[in-house]
Amino acid sequence: MVALGALWSATAHAGKTLDGIKARGQVVCGVNTGLAGFSAADSSGKWTGLDVDVCRAVAAATLGDAEKVKYVPLNAQARFTALQSGEVDILSRNTTFTLTRDASLGLNQTAVTYYDGQGFMVPVKSKIKSAKQLKGQTVCVQSGTTTEKNLTDYSKASGLGIKPIVFEKLEAAEGAYFAGRCIAYTTDASGLASTRNKVAKNPADHLILPELISKEPLGPLVRRGDDEWFAIVKWTVYGLLEAEEYGVTSANVDELKSSSKDPVVGRLLGSTEDTGKLLGLDKEWLARAVKATGNYGEIFERNVGPKSALQLPRGLNNLWNKGGIQYAYPVR
Amino acid sequence: MSTPPTAPKKSWSWRSQAFRGLIYQVITIALIALAVWYLANNTITNMKLRGIQSGFDFLTGSAGFDIGESLFAFDSGEPYWRAFLVGLTNTLRVAVLGIILTTILGTLIGVGRFSRNALVRGFCTVYVEFFRNIPVLLQLLMWYLMFTELLPAASEPWALGPLFLSKGGLSFPVPVWASGHVWGAWGLLVGVVAAFAYRHFARISFEKTGVAKSMLLAPIALVLAFGVLGWLLGGAPTALNRPVLGEFAIENGGALTPEFLSVLLGLTVYTAAFVSEVVRGGIQSVALGQSEAAAALGLSRGHTMRLVMLPQALRVIIPPVTNQYLNLTKNSSLAVAIGYPDVVSIANTALNQTGRAVECIAIIMVIYLSTSLFTSILMNWYNTRSAIKER
Repeated sequence: MVALGALWSATAHAGKTLDGIKARGQVVCGVNTGLAGFSAADSSGKWTGLDVDVCRAVAAATLGDAEKVKYVPLNAQARFTALQSGEVDILSRNTTFTLTRDASLGLNQTAVTYYDGQGFMVPVKSKIKSAKQLKGQTVCVQSGTTTEKNLTDYSKASGLGIKPIVFEKLEAAEGAYFAGRCIAYTTDASGLASTRNKVAKNPADHLILPELISKEPLGPLVRRGDDEWFAIVKWTVYGLLEAEEYGVTSANVDELKSSSKDPVVGRLLGSTEDTGKLLGLDKEWLARAVKATGNYGEIFERNVGPKSALQLPRGLNNLWNKGGIQYAYPVR
Repeated sequence: MSTPPTAPKKSWSWRSQAFRGLIYQVITIALIALAVWYLANNTITNMKLRGIQSGFDFLTGSAGFDIGESLFAFDSGEPYWRAFLVGLTNTLRVAVLGIILTTILGTLIGVGRFSRNALVRGFCTVYVEFFRNIPVLLQLLMWYLMFTELLPAASEPWALGPLFLSKGGLSFPVPVWASGHVWGAWGLLVGVVAAFAYRHFARISFEKTGVAKSMLLAPIALVLAFGVLGWLLGGAPTALNRPVLGEFAIENGGALTPEFLSVLLGLTVYTAAFVSEVVRGGIQSVALGQSEAAAALGLSRGHTMRLVMLPQALRVIIPPVTNQYLNLTKNSSLAVAIGYPDVVSIANTALNQTGRAVECIAIIMVIYLSTSLFTSILMNWYNTRSAIKER
């Protein structure tokens, strides 16, 4: 019924997304209901995380204020309908980019904000050291995710005969795992780290197995049919990456804007060329985004990096010239 | 002086009530049809505009996901419609078993509230007030928590003879299939026929002589005796597939998962509270004189209840109990909260894999609508059958 209702309300939503956002004075952003490091609300209701920072950067670029974001917590099932129907402007919620989703859901996948892979977590006392030992075992998983299908593919390819126990809510899947109903819990490795860190009574009691069984490029999605908005979200992410590459941080952005002699930095910050004009924005769009959230590296460090609670290594998510695969299209 | 009423004329004018009634109905139906058409058309147009694919063609495509428990073998390579079938059978399994257990438990509790024993009466009252007033979703979660938090891990289960109880559920031995079991089944069938014949002749002899014969225990004994006889004739196969303790979990044997048990127990216990109230109301609706008359005939309280009160109460009980059966079936959709793969859970997964939200929701609606209609047809038939027949 929710889906039907959402589709129905779609008719009320007309015009370009950006016009709507400007008129409303708010970017409406679909986020995870609670995934520490990516999108989670603290006790005072303030949302933080890597996915949340993408929304804040977009709000800073389009509206000039990173706080002008309305967060809509969405579970895995509601997320696509919410975006399709116009309930949210961006879906920034650890969503994997796949062909089916690209081609059949009426959505556009913008740019990858986190390269991930699906893994397994088991209790240390189970003495399981490898996913290959999960033969015939029960595994807890959240429904409506690529995870569910990857698990089946892996189980079939390796002849493991894993029994999935599928829960509608993330919290229920985690709860069943921690209660001992399943031998293992599976989701993206970043999600496992988040769960182990924030939900487990004692994180040291749980082991993330070495196998990664899939590629999970995660990033924000927008509705199809609004190329202007698609470009704004995509280039905001690229801009944050480019800012890191050229050493522009939230701390030095103001100074560099007036003093930098580097032509690339001048272009990025709008002091020489006006890149924002092509996107329908003003020339300081990216400078404001970097000022509000920091560049991609700062966002990563603050939310999920080695110094944060999650302690995820930079790994694949390092820049292309530092051993990773984060390679932004040039902002020019 | 009042004029004698004249029969309304069959004229098609505004002054004819029948004509106006017809017009109103036509207008109402047209409005509803227009609203439905507008909704459907809008949905389809919008989906096309947004590049969202639609249609039921996905049902024949490979599902690509495993299902934790299923009454028949299901492989992830099989099409979506088979996955939906697994979900449907899982839903029906809970609904049918739940309805049977609810009827038994609800009747016992309802009758129990008339007990002369204050303890039994009090227990039944407390039961009803407790389970009726707690939301059913909470009860499902409560049972699930009890199963998954309080029971021991699957690697160190409680052993009760050949049974194992753990977080992995209840494991029990199942007979290894042998041709001798067919003989046993035939024996049971013969036993059922024999039991019916026995009851028929017992009734005739009761009407002739007035000596009551056992109408319940003897037939059951007959059925069992013939079943055992058939099984012996079939060579008495005794091989059992016993559950054994594996490294991490219990292997082999049959198993009831905690998800299934939680849904079944939760729905049964909750709905039984309502059914017992219906039963109590039904019994109270039978005139007091009936039980006094039965007592005057020298019937025991048990006999009075079984032979006089319940058959009359049944007429009042059936329609509201039908509602409870429907509620139980529909409430089984809450199973998705605790990971039981019922039809809603399967549809949710399918919806997410294919993005066909409208289609998947429509399938769920059709399934619940048809099971509900089927249940009420069945119960209405039973209701007509047990209604007072005036002779």
